[in-house]
Amino acid sequence: MNPQTLPEFSPETVIEFRHVHYTLSNRQLLNDVSFSVGRGETLVLLGRSGAGKTTALKMINRLLAPSSGEVLVEGKLTTEWEPIALRRKIGYVIQDIGLFPHYTVSQNISLIPRLERWPADRVQRRVKEMLETVGLHGRTFEHRYPHQLSGGQRQRVGVARALAADPDILLMDEPFGALDPMTRGEMQNEFKAVERHLGKTVVIVTHDVGEALVLGTRIGLMEAGKIVRIYSPHDFVHASDPMAAAYMAQLRVYDEAKRENESN
Amino acid sequence: MSPIEFFLRHHREILQATLEHVWLVGLTMIFAIAIGVPLGILVTRKPWLSKPILGGANIAETIPSLALFGFLLPVPWLGGRADRLAIAALTLYALLPIIRNTSAGISGVDRAVREAARGMGMTDRQILFQVELPLSFSTMLAGIRIATVLTIGIATIAAAVGAGGLGEFIFRGLAMVNDQLILAGAIPAALLALGADFVLGVLERRLRPVR
Repeated sequence: MNPQTLPEFSPETVIEFRHVHYTLSNRQLLNDVSFSVGRGETLVLLGRSGAGKTTALKMINRLLAPSSGEVLVEGKLTTEWEPIALRRKIGYVIQDIGLFPHYTVSQNISLIPRLERWPADRVQRRVKEMLETVGLHGRTFEHRYPHQLSGGQRQRVGVARALAADPDILLMDEPFGALDPMTRGEMQNEFKAVERHLGKTVVIVTHDVGEALVLGTRIGLMEAGKIVRIYSPHDFVHASDPMAAAYMAQLRVYDEAKRENESN
Repeated sequence: MSPIEFFLRHHREILQATLEHVWLVGLTMIFAIAIGVPLGILVTRKPWLSKPILGGANIAETIPSLALFGFLLPVPWLGGRADRLAIAALTLYALLPIIRNTSAGISGVDRAVREAARGMGMTDRQILFQVELPLSFSTMLAGIRIATVLTIGIATIAAAVGAGGLGEFIFRGLAMVNDQLILAGAIPAALLALGADFVLGVLERRLRPVR
């Protein structure tokens, strides 16, 4: 990966964190976090469990509000947004997906469009379009229930549901974390293609460095409630920072194992 | 006179008493559901209310039924009419399983489902009516079923305060040491309980969320 292939960003900032602190029962979960995400960018927040990635993500759709500091979405403080209006503009995908077990695939995907009172025929068209987008072809899927799907298919429906109302922003918390490695790889590639096509502003939380490199246009390394640094994927690969280097070393383990076995 | 003969001869009175019984239980369940379900929801929203509400319902459950009817007798509006009094007392008994199962059903909804719903911008009301309640229907119904069967049994004691129902036969039978009279009350009550248990059980299984 080299810097020339990075997509060009418009300079417009969509999400901005300004000195955000978040304290919950005396534990400081976020400590002076500042960063911004431009339109069309994919920012990956990479770090261990407990580094504050998910907390930061939940600040964006105001599932959490900062203890101090400011979070702005499209130039407006999240605390000034009407929370429901803010969340409807933002797609949200979580690791456990949270598909509604009593809704069919079609009903799950069309949830937000229906809440937004789109006309029925437009909702129908949108469901079909979304199923195509996430690679669930054939009409049989629409009427199935989540428990009748495989893990990968469920995650695809989760993505389709998040994209259904055509949000400008997409938040993903370990979106492919529960999938087996093969399916995860497929999903990452497909998602990357979809994202390139749709050009949403995306923030992804992961502890998988491979995923960060595949999906991110920038990588925010987090540790103990702080952003250590924000890298381009190119800089991340060559970073001298010990944490980034440790992540890269982790990838190299696989490479070495592969090489060793090839030479045998 | 054989019990069957007895039933045949008195079928009008027995039917009359059974209808009274169904009426008492039916009204009780309407009130108990109307009060219990909102209280069950409230418990999940305000956890600090859980102790007083469930505790209160628990205490009501432990008062011997005959004593409860007695306690309510001096209450102004209630004590004036036997059926009001009986329905009030029975409602108190029926509350606990309904409150408990409603809150258990809602708390049992998958955390991820609730988080996704909130994160996508559903309002609290939408989450309650479109997600939490539909997913806890079968648990709620299990509570309603327990409460119904319980109420059908306890409602026989309502006859002690003159509220009618199948208990009339039982009390009269006890007073006259007449087994057939006791059975004329007990058998229909048992059949009612079994029937309600069966019907509500079928409904409960139908509504059980698929996994």
